Amino acid sequence: MKALLALLSGLLFGVGLSLGGMTRPAVVLGFLDVFGQWDPRLLFVMAGAVSTTAIGYRLVLRRRQPWLAASYQLPTSRRFDARLVGGAAVFGIGWGIAGYCPGPALASLGAADPSLLVLVACMIVGWWLASRVPAARS
Amino acid sequence: MHSCLLAALGGVLIGAAAVLLMAALGRVAGISGIASGLIRRRVADRGWRLAFVFGLVLAPALLWLLHGDSGIGAPQVGWSWMALAGLLVGFGTGIGNGCTSGHGVCGIARLSPRSLLATAVFMLSGIATVYVVRHLLGGL
Repeated sequence: MKALLALLSGLLFGVGLSLGGMTRPAVVLGFLDVFGQWDPRLLFVMAGAVSTTAIGYRLVLRRRQPWLAASYQLPTSRRFDARLVGGAAVFGIGWGIAGYCPGPALASLGAADPSLLVLVACMIVGWWLASRVPAARS
Repeated sequence: MHSCLLAALGGVLIGAAAVLLMAALGRVAGISGIASGLIRRRVADRGWRLAFVFGLVLAPALLWLLHGDSGIGAPQVGWSWMALAGLLVGFGTGIGNGCTSGHGVCGIARLSPRSLLATAVFMLSGIATVYVVRHLLGGL
């Protein structure tokens, strides 16, 4: 049951990405190109997603627990640290080079484009490398 | 339909997916967190992560069956740049604990200060990168 609902959520997520143009790197790079021919679509995707999630989370989190789990697992850290800022900056550079963030990269795998397979393989290596970096001491 | 309206509708579906995952499993729909959890050792909860990623990969095929367009566009840079981009995206989202979905959608929806900061940083960094690539270097 857990897997079925996760599958459904992934499907919905992927359909949303695809309809929103996010699986077209040209659209994403067009959004980041604010000094050129700006493409506003990513902003509309974000606005639709954030507002829906904000309202939905408010309703969902009133319940004592999720349907299929013991508790909600929400991030609790409130630290602004070098990992957060440095990680986001590095991610942004990669995003700006090719126009893929993790969701659209995975959702585009079905097209079996060899260079996209290379990108996803390298992304997995990046995740592995990041997991080897020791957490900052508090 | 106007492309911006379609984009907003796509966003609503992404939001619905995030709400569903929270309601059912109590999990944040952050793609980098869900997928990178698959490569960690000693993870007991691989099943739902795999199912979510499988759904994500399947979605364009479903759209293709329904209306003949998967929505998948062509890569814009050569494979060596794709390799570098993948490495930076993986490492950056791994270190920064999230990407466009985890910080940009779910985190901002919760008004998490960390996510607001991370989103501002990766947006500015992405914009600066595209500026350098397109307007200073003249493309890759």
